[in-house]
Amino acid sequence: MNKTILILKQEYLKRVKKKSFIILTLLVPFLFAGMFALIIFLSVKDDKQERTIAVYDESTLFLGELEQEGYTRYHFIPKEEYDRLKTNLKTSSFYALLYIPEDVYTNNAAQLISEKQVPLELEEQISRKLSRFIENDKRQKIIAETGISDLDDRLAATRTSVRLNTLKVSETGQARKSSSEVAFIASYAMGFIIYFFVFMYGAMVMRSVMEEKKNRIVEVIISSVKPFQLMSGKIIGTALVGLTQVAIWVVIGLIALLAVQSFFSPEVSQQMGQSLMESRQGMGPAIAQPAGEQQLTEMMELIGNLNLPLIFFSFVFYFLAGYLMYSSLLGAVGAAVDNDEDSQQMVFPITFPLILSIMLLFPIARNPEGPVAFWGSIIPFTSPVAMLARVPYGVPVWELLLSMFLLVLATWGSIWAAAKIYRTGLLMYGKKVTLKELIKWLRYKN
Amino acid sequence: MELFSARNVSKVFSSTKALTNVSISVKEQSIFGLLGPNGAGKTTLIRIINQITAPDEGELFLENRKITRTDVAQIGYLPEERGLYKKMKVGEQAIYLAQLKGLSKKDALRNLKHWFEKFEMTGWWNKKVEELSKGMQQKVQFVTTVVHKPKLLIFDEPFSGFDPINANLLKREILQLREDGATIIFSTHNMGSVEELCDHIALINKSVKIEDGPTDEIRQKYKSNIFEIKYKGDFGLVDKALGSRFKVLEHTENEKANQVKVQYLDEGSNNELLQAIIPAAEILAFEEIIPGMNDVFIKAVQESNNKNV
Repeated sequence: MNKTILILKQEYLKRVKKKSFIILTLLVPFLFAGMFALIIFLSVKDDKQERTIAVYDESTLFLGELEQEGYTRYHFIPKEEYDRLKTNLKTSSFYALLYIPEDVYTNNAAQLISEKQVPLELEEQISRKLSRFIENDKRQKIIAETGISDLDDRLAATRTSVRLNTLKVSETGQARKSSSEVAFIASYAMGFIIYFFVFMYGAMVMRSVMEEKKNRIVEVIISSVKPFQLMSGKIIGTALVGLTQVAIWVVIGLIALLAVQSFFSPEVSQQMGQSLMESRQGMGPAIAQPAGEQQLTEMMELIGNLNLPLIFFSFVFYFLAGYLMYSSLLGAVGAAVDNDEDSQQMVFPITFPLILSIMLLFPIARNPEGPVAFWGSIIPFTSPVAMLARVPYGVPVWELLLSMFLLVLATWGSIWAAAKIYRTGLLMYGKKVTLKELIKWLRYKN
Repeated sequence: MELFSARNVSKVFSSTKALTNVSISVKEQSIFGLLGPNGAGKTTLIRIINQITAPDEGELFLENRKITRTDVAQIGYLPEERGLYKKMKVGEQAIYLAQLKGLSKKDALRNLKHWFEKFEMTGWWNKKVEELSKGMQQKVQFVTTVVHKPKLLIFDEPFSGFDPINANLLKREILQLREDGATIIFSTHNMGSVEELCDHIALINKSVKIEDGPTDEIRQKYKSNIFEIKYKGDFGLVDKALGSRFKVLEHTENEKANQVKVQYLDEGSNNELLQAIIPAAEILAFEEIIPGMNDVFIKAVQESNNKNV
């Protein structure tokens, strides 16, 4: 046991002290934060660009009606200038040319001509301006025809959006609000986290085993410790490296997020508020600000209503069991082969169920109770990802217990088989390992 | 006194026999040569002693009690195929390997300091292994093998990779280790070093032990009644005097002394040969030729192969 800890410590320190680990661990969150900051910075900056759009209004409906919005101005021009500009837009001071045809009222179409790709936002702005104007005009006509002066208010009152509050009845008869959206996000996020972690650090275990075998140091090591101690020290040490990395990322991520937020705060929140307002305006007046706030609190409530202790517990459980199972198998592959090409061939059948389980996420989200979800979350090799994806939706207790039981069995079996392959494979050189060979190794006594 | 013994050890890998009923007994403070052609089963036996693999049958004893897992701390092993962690610093690695053998960090540091000073390697402590030459790496590996002061040392081809100067240094160290109380199992194909170092040998061929005994006795056993005689006189007379009981293998003549190599064709005493030759010439020197380990090895293995055919 002492020696396992010694190996664990050595594995852990070796990796954590590596320059590449430190650089990667520190750099990744800054890269993300930097990218995030850059995107915000650019989008804020981009909007400050002053643009003047030349408008040729054939319909004459809009003359003088298009007002400056943000940094975009509208300048009306006669037909002769429009014809001239059409071919000479580049040399003019106009950013783009807006042509409103005569039949815009019936056809609902206009043209925006420009040299450069027009930002989506600007496109939406113009389209919204034109639509709103025509809409308004039509409304006024109806008011005039019908004589209903509070038409707007009446129409607004007809708009309805039914929020579906799903209530889930637990066995104790308690009804709780649930949302499949929140469950969906939680389910996907956890499935992916487990997938990446198992893949990345499982591969790390494998490479470390291969390196020891290639270096030939392994014979010295296993004359001091049992192969099983070596393997477990390596696997646990590597897991701790991963946890360290994740912990550092979480801390840096939080700090960076706070920093970015406070740095950009006034502009960003203004910006976001503005765009939110705009999109709401587009949807119509019915969903106004108070509704948004309500949604937010509701969202919080829904997250709170997920069975968080159960999710946390199953995350830790499936994560540990899944990682142990896959990393021990990958470690065995590392021991069985002595070159990279062979390892790739043998890694695929092992990682295939893992990749498959990621592909199961979508069918599971569509029907968390369906046969795909059921079998995916029961069969041990896909269950770490699949069952975790189901947990936020709620899983019958017996299924959860069965899945955990089978996973523990499979993990135990994998470790047993891996240990056998490991101890035989470590000292086997220059032999191409086949499946038949591996099965033979499993039968070896010690 | 016996320090280590293997009794009736057998090991089969799928269908190939690696060891068949092999027993060896190693005396305390002796150097035991484990010899045999490639693929004979030496490495398997060594791995069994190191508890890397378990025997199918048979038992191992260290200091007259059955060997246990914790006994690996009493064994130092230098495998034929060596290696160290390339990216790890020499000192750090040496401490780690010593700790794996059960030494505390403090003891490891103290013992390593002694060895690093002795081998003039103190300057390498903070270097990465990959920065060292191959010979230097071998020295580091040797030190990590002996650092925990094991009672039983197992060297598999220890001299490979060393230049003659360092090989000599190593030879001296091995003898010194024995002086200091260590018992050594030594496996090599270098028969010269076997003659020089080994007190006792066992020869394994095709999984079976075919010879076992003190080195001198084994060499005696394989002598083939060949004598070298230096004399003054005429070769023709000597040849005639030797008659049909003796066969002249080779003879050289020069001004100072003639020399002849003679083999008994049947059993006889040395005196009979002398008596036959004394009337014919003046004898200057008379010596029985004891075969070198090289000859012993070849002869023993060939005989054993012929027997099996």
